[in-house]
Amino acid sequence: MLFFLRRLVGAIPVLFAVSIFVFGFVRVLPGDPARLVAGADATEQEVASARQSLGLDRPIWEQYVRYVGASLKGDLGVSSRTREPVIDVIAARFWPTLWLTLAAMGWATLAGTFIGVWAGTKRGRWQDQVAMLVAIGGLSFPGFWLGFLLINLFSVHLGWLPTGGFDSWLSLLMPSFTLGVGVAAVLARFSRSAFVDVAGEDFVRTARSKGLRERRVIWRHGVRNALIPVVTLTGLEFGTLLGGAIVVETVFAWPGLGRLLVDSIAFRDYPVIQAEILLLSAEFLLINLVIDMLYGVLNPEIRLRS
Amino acid sequence: MSQPDLLAIRNLSVSFPADRGRTTVVQNLSLTVSPGETVALVGESGSGKSVTSLAVTRLLDYGPGRIDAGEIRYRDRDGTVRDLVRENAESMRRLRGPEIAMIFQQPMSSLNPVMRIGEQIAEAIVQHREIGWSEAEAEALQLLERVRIPDARRQLKRYPFEISGGMRQRVMIAIALASRPRLLIADEPTTALDVTVQAQVLRLLRELRNDLGTGLLFITHDMGVVAELADRVVVMRGGERVEEGSVTQIFGAPVHAYTKSLLAAVPVLGSLAETPLPAPFAIPPEKAVPQDTVAAGAPILQVRDLVTRFDVRNAFGMLNARVHAVEQVNLDIQPGETLALVGESGCGKSTLGRSIVRLETPRSGQIVFDGKDVLGADAEANPELRRGIQYVFQDPYSALDPRLTVGFSIAEPIRTHALRQGAAVTDRVAELLELVGLPTHFAARYPHELSGGQCQRVGIARALASEPRLIIADEAVAALDVSIRAQVVNLLMALQRRLGLSCLFISHDMAVVERVSHRVAVMYLGQIVEIGPRQAVLTSPQHAYTRRLLAAVPIPDPARRRRELAIDDSEVPSPLRAPDDNPTVAPLVEVGPGHYVARHPVGGSY
Amino acid sequence: MTAPTIRSPAGEFWRRLRRRHTALAAGVVVLLIVLIAIFAPLLAPYDPAAADYDAVLQGPSLAHLAGTDSYGRDILSRIIWGGRISLTVGLVSAFAGGLVGTALGLISGWAGGWVDTALMRLCDVLFAFPGILLAIAVVALLGPGVANVVWAVAVFSVPVFARLVRGTTMALKEAQYVQAGRTIGVPGSKLMLYHILPGALPVVIVYMSLRIGSAILVGAALSFIGLGAQPPSPEWGAMLADGRAYLGVADHLTLFPGLAIFIVVLSFNVLGDGLRDALSQRLH
Repeated sequence: MLFFLRRLVGAIPVLFAVSIFVFGFVRVLPGDPARLVAGADATEQEVASARQSLGLDRPIWEQYVRYVGASLKGDLGVSSRTREPVIDVIAARFWPTLWLTLAAMGWATLAGTFIGVWAGTKRGRWQDQVAMLVAIGGLSFPGFWLGFLLINLFSVHLGWLPTGGFDSWLSLLMPSFTLGVGVAAVLARFSRSAFVDVAGEDFVRTARSKGLRERRVIWRHGVRNALIPVVTLTGLEFGTLLGGAIVVETVFAWPGLGRLLVDSIAFRDYPVIQAEILLLSAEFLLINLVIDMLYGVLNPEIRLRS
Repeated sequence: MSQPDLLAIRNLSVSFPADRGRTTVVQNLSLTVSPGETVALVGESGSGKSVTSLAVTRLLDYGPGRIDAGEIRYRDRDGTVRDLVRENAESMRRLRGPEIAMIFQQPMSSLNPVMRIGEQIAEAIVQHREIGWSEAEAEALQLLERVRIPDARRQLKRYPFEISGGMRQRVMIAIALASRPRLLIADEPTTALDVTVQAQVLRLLRELRNDLGTGLLFITHDMGVVAELADRVVVMRGGERVEEGSVTQIFGAPVHAYTKSLLAAVPVLGSLAETPLPAPFAIPPEKAVPQDTVAAGAPILQVRDLVTRFDVRNAFGMLNARVHAVEQVNLDIQPGETLALVGESGCGKSTLGRSIVRLETPRSGQIVFDGKDVLGADAEANPELRRGIQYVFQDPYSALDPRLTVGFSIAEPIRTHALRQGAAVTDRVAELLELVGLPTHFAARYPHELSGGQCQRVGIARALASEPRLIIADEAVAALDVSIRAQVVNLLMALQRRLGLSCLFISHDMAVVERVSHRVAVMYLGQIVEIGPRQAVLTSPQHAYTRRLLAAVPIPDPARRRRELAIDDSEVPSPLRAPDDNPTVAPLVEVGPGHYVARHPVGGSY
Repeated sequence: MTAPTIRSPAGEFWRRLRRRHTALAAGVVVLLIVLIAIFAPLLAPYDPAAADYDAVLQGPSLAHLAGTDSYGRDILSRIIWGGRISLTVGLVSAFAGGLVGTALGLISGWAGGWVDTALMRLCDVLFAFPGILLAIAVVALLGPGVANVVWAVAVFSVPVFARLVRGTTMALKEAQYVQAGRTIGVPGSKLMLYHILPGALPVVIVYMSLRIGSAILVGAALSFIGLGAQPPSPEWGAMLADGRAYLGVADHLTLFPGLAIFIVVLSFNVLGDGLRDALSQRLH
């Protein structure tokens, strides 16, 4: 239990550093943020009052404290594009992205590890070579192009699936597949090599010397140990997935955070950009925290030693 | 052909894939094992002895190896004789465990790190018998008690990393016994263990064999272990059987030249009990003549009250505990003298050696070399101070940069200390290679092209390149095969004769220590508990730990086989202590001329 | 038993690599792509920016092997020129990120102590941002454009290399041959130069070749969402974005640039895989 508590505490400094980074982000922007907020054709007076209302006339450390305080209360500022509170703008887009990433992560993790382990058990045979060829192909495939190919086939030509938007669960199919391909490929390659490494370990030989059935040797002794490094990588790959979501949402006109980010950059809507970077980073950190704990569950040495 | 009582291997050949075609690693091997009999399969590395064991259990199938010819006849519980070479995978699986079980060399890696010990034993039971998990767990508990694991009920729930190497090897034995096998194959089961733990495990194996009547195929390179345990011996070299016979026959009247040379290279503890001086091995061209190389005068090295501790910190950088690796150690070495530092793993002997060359930073104390304090602040900046003491490492391969030629490695100290210039460097490298008995063209080779013994010679040549006065040999011969080990020991001794070198010889091998040293220091839990002339310490040990250590050494002479070992099943306590819990270290008491012993309690046991 | 022939570690590496035919083939393709990019002005049949309103959205033909886009520009010529952009993004960012990361990793691993802690915390923070997000943040700060994409991708490669090299450095620092050097009295700078850097370098090179592929992918993705190369630049990702409106109408607009990205990235990945395997076999 102490282990999990420690991991939780250990994440705090990183979160702190991330908040400083995100806070500093707007400060180093070219131009005067007050003028940006006030609008291009605002008078000097309007700019000055905007500066005051934003607290930009206070010392920098006080600005930071106020920023953190406000963020914790859910006050992330006002979108300079729509004039709505940023929190509302983001909240509307949060769920579609969550569903998209979870669906992608789910199938990619399952398929990736399973294919990897399967290829590992067939090491050197044709099944292994085909699986790894497909994996390296998946790794090299530009997600946005894959999206186009899918839309072309299933929407334009066959008319089975909607081209974009998030109207039904059916519309989740193509985006989540597209998003997960790269991650599945990475996990397949990695879990194969992790399994091959473990399969050469002495304790696997011990397991066979006990006369255990091959299925138990592979799953209980092999895969169980191979999963430990795979789990860590899964956490890191979640970052790839969040990044990939930005592109895939653009391809499939998905009403999520990624497209919002791209639009906000186009309109230089800095409060929204800032909040999004904070939110996505926090989400990434949170996922990795969970993964870290899962790592502890899988690896008793880490859990009991620390 | 006669039918076997238990196991009969006939004309077995095994090959592995190589760069071109295949390499045969076992050729035309025949041997038999009867119920209740212990057959030792002896050979040096690469002799094919481990591969043979994998062939019998057909665990070979899961690697690149392949059985090319021969038969492995085995009589099972029902009396049916089967040829294991021809059995299919499923029936082999059914045989592994209830009929044939194995114990492996590496207890550290042979257990699944993420599975509780109880489950690892129980799964072997459940697989082959019609009983449930809870019943199997109860049986696992009995097995742990059978292999004398203290507090067995609690150990069932632990993971392998929580117990010591010796305990893990007992767990391995428990797993092997789980399905009551009729043939037990032990592949170097004690090689990775300390000598006292080895004695405990060997005694356990002997008892189990006597009680259960299992046949035992024991694979080892250690002639001492063979003499202790075996009924019959099969000697292998290069994949072939060179000699077979009863244990008394092999040790008393070996026929084959290889067996003779192997036995000549095995150090026998007690063979120099009559002389105070070291003597090389009697392998041509050396003769086993005692050599007197110690020069009178001021000691070359003086270590005073040296303390090296390691902090164990938690994730937040807070001090959790300290490893007391070296505690208040005092020792002197005379010019031309060899002081042996002995003890078991974790006793701090390597840390002491590393502290002297400042690979570790001592916390306090004094190291005076050739009249100069080498721990002073200005010492760090002065590479000249490093020159006088040189280190020879255990693993000859990893001590040489794999990307650099042998010549470059030997030249590095010459260049660093500017001992020669220009072409003279190359001449000096050639000279050094000849000095350690290697051809000069080896300068252009890479470490991976050399054998272990050749590599270690290169390591010694590099140490000599600095023109040192003192060599610290840290288990420098431990990784080498018996015959190579004897050659390298002889080389070190010849160098001492020619160059008047002093040597701190760090070793766990008491028999080798007897050969090389003038004086012996015994370390236990970071402290020196006994130090004195070699003859005095080995023939009349005064400290309880020294006695225990010496009693555990297997003697390669079946005539001196001990019926019952005076070794209990206790383990060496950990040198890890709470941050402010410093151990007491009282001055040693003189019990004979130059012979000092600790009379204060060390680590609770002594 | 035959006498062992003398082989250097580098020779051993090449011997193993030579056996990996797919990796070698990928190496040849990479070389070809680089040559095509260098000689783009000579090889491209048309001016990549020249519009021809008499030949818009034409499918592949003898005159236009890969067809034309909505302005009548020759797609093959644009792909050939676009290779320059993608290769620049991939090579420069992987190299810059690798260089800075390697330096940081060496310092961190060698120095240890608070230097190590500080640098690794910095990497932790960089790692706390998903890669593309960091790149997007950089582009959002500096404004869209290929040059900024290069730096953006380089920045998020830095912590990857830093961690990798730090690990290798720390392992090599404890390696017996480095310790042997210390007992001899070899100064730290020479230990670093002769023993540690050469030990870490192969891993860095292998990783760089794998990194080039993903850098090209990210660069193209950023251009695709409008943050990278701006029109009328013949960047492959931007070309895909252009062709999007004609999905189902003129598929060659998206087919050929997509294929180009795929082939280039695949070649770098297969090559990197081969290098890695040849390397790790030598280390075993």
